[in-house]
Amino acid sequence: MAADVTSVPVEETAGPGTGSSRSGYVRYVGGKLGGAVVSLLAVLVTGFFLFRLIPGDPVKTMTGGRPISTAQLAEYRREFGLDLPLWEQFTDYCGKALTGDLGTSYQFRAPVIDKISEALPNTLLLTGTAFVLYTALGMFLGTRSAWRNGSLSDRFNTGLALTLYSVPSFWLGLLLIIVFSVGVGPIPGLFPTGGMESGDKEGFAYVLDVAHHLVLPVVTLVAVEYGQTLLVTRSALLDEMGSDYLTTARAKGLRDDLVRRRHAVPNALLPTVTLVFVNLGRTVAGVILVETVFSWPGLGGLFYQALSVPDLPLVQGLFLFFAAAVIVMNTLADLVYPLLDPRVGR
Amino acid sequence: MTAPPVAGTGPRALAWQRRRRSAVRFWARYRTHRAGLVGLAALGLFALVALTAPLTVGSDVSSVTDAPGQPLESPSAQFPLGTDQFGRNLLGLVVWGARVSLLVGLLAAVLSVAIGAVVGITAGHFRGAYGTVLMRVTDWFLVMPTLVLAIALATVMSRSLGTVILAIGVTTWPTTARLVRAQTLAVESRPYIERARALGGGHWHVMSRHVLPNVMPLVLAQTTLMVSSSILAEATLAFLGLGDPTVVSWGGLLQDAREAGAVSAGDWWYLVPPGIAIAVVALAFTLCGRAVESVLNPRLGVAG
Repeated sequence: MAADVTSVPVEETAGPGTGSSRSGYVRYVGGKLGGAVVSLLAVLVTGFFLFRLIPGDPVKTMTGGRPISTAQLAEYRREFGLDLPLWEQFTDYCGKALTGDLGTSYQFRAPVIDKISEALPNTLLLTGTAFVLYTALGMFLGTRSAWRNGSLSDRFNTGLALTLYSVPSFWLGLLLIIVFSVGVGPIPGLFPTGGMESGDKEGFAYVLDVAHHLVLPVVTLVAVEYGQTLLVTRSALLDEMGSDYLTTARAKGLRDDLVRRRHAVPNALLPTVTLVFVNLGRTVAGVILVETVFSWPGLGGLFYQALSVPDLPLVQGLFLFFAAAVIVMNTLADLVYPLLDPRVGR
Repeated sequence: MTAPPVAGTGPRALAWQRRRRSAVRFWARYRTHRAGLVGLAALGLFALVALTAPLTVGSDVSSVTDAPGQPLESPSAQFPLGTDQFGRNLLGLVVWGARVSLLVGLLAAVLSVAIGAVVGITAGHFRGAYGTVLMRVTDWFLVMPTLVLAIALATVMSRSLGTVILAIGVTTWPTTARLVRAQTLAVESRPYIERARALGGGHWHVMSRHVLPNVMPLVLAQTTLMVSSSILAEATLAFLGLGDPTVVSWGGLLQDAREAGAVSAGDWWYLVPPGIAIAVVALAFTLCGRAVESVLNPRLGVAG
């Protein structure tokens, strides 16, 4: 009976509202896509000027201050198009970047875009696995923490999350390698120290081998990233817990567990969804470091190789790629969000 | 404390009394956050260690030419944390590294929060085209992968502490700008701002005399939190080989350790102390920042 009463006004408001909300959604999508295009162009422009207008000659930076003959210098300048007028360099660069030509890596003597597409699947495997695990873990623990706000387990979970959040991811990775790969005292090395495969496996054995290599990098990423999700979920749910409709739900005689699962959590998770995507930028940082530490043959490892030379075309290409990827993911989240929460995008 | 003394009667004296009273009130409420007190104590300890480092270890601890020990010694009575690949005393290096890590962390945080506060206040004050464009730029920076941007900046510029501070400062300000702008909008909608305008207060007067004092608590809390992420960012850049190679910092020590093969040799005493130092300082700043935040905005209920 009580459930019927609460459902009536919802249907009433949904009825006449659908027509206007659909056109509202189209306008919302248009705005978000327009914003994304502007952001991508801004990334393109930044990528150009960052690597040309900064004090210091890029060629000198590239040669790391080693003595270099004037002829060689002129050769490098011509190779990277640095002898052209700036405006010509810019149009040339934009035209090429838009067709997927990000230049040639100085270090590998191969097109940057080829190096990126080689490494991308490996990064997606690592990041995807970690992303699913840390989001699920963060949301689960965050919900439990908020529901028992102030309890011992809440304080422990929040404290642990904050501590792991303050730990440098590369350091945690190095420690895990020492403990679980090299072995300390009686503990033998259980996992490989780095890389993605041992190289001699095929079929199902290959899958197992990659999974074996995947364990430590994923554990590191999850450990440093889940805290953020936990804290966001926790505060979103705490905000929600003061709401009247929860009191109503309890007054209806629903069990505590049901109130949490059916009423509070779905609403609290909505802001968490956007924040998870906004934090992707942070995850990229974690991926770069973890791949560097574990010699994972992905984009992050490639980035490290590029910047230690420094291989400017590759650094620039990866900068463009990372920034564009994060913007695209964020836009996707923005587009999905109004479907989850009808209050947005009207 | 509560009864207003009669001694100072000028507006300046009254303002100081008010400030003193609110500081006392702030401290009384801060004291109730145990985590914040622990963080504050840890920070005091680290600050003491960093400031007294010239007396306790001396600047020649980082010299590679006349190192006191053999390369990569295990911990002993003489070298409690062992030695590095040049035979330098690791305990001394960790103590000495606190100076650079804390200094860079503080300066980068101050730079970042200063940019964020200026952008936030002006974007909140001058609405219209200027504010809209500024917030667009802020949102763009907010989404960008900060570390990638900082790495790109540090890669193209020369290796120095200034570069590191700049790279961190100009990439991490957007969160502060957003928070400060929201607060500015809230303050400017109050009637007393209208009164100040009616009395002839210009843009500068409103922003510096009315908005700034109101966003200051927020800015302080944000700085405390930002120091923690700046220290982590400094360690990260140093670890990636983008720091100043001539100075000793905690991130630089970790990079040295990795290059010296401490990981595959299992020399945990080389790796553990700098990492713990980074984590403890970053955590301490986070705890203080959250305590300050929840004193100023109790509704958040973040600090346990």
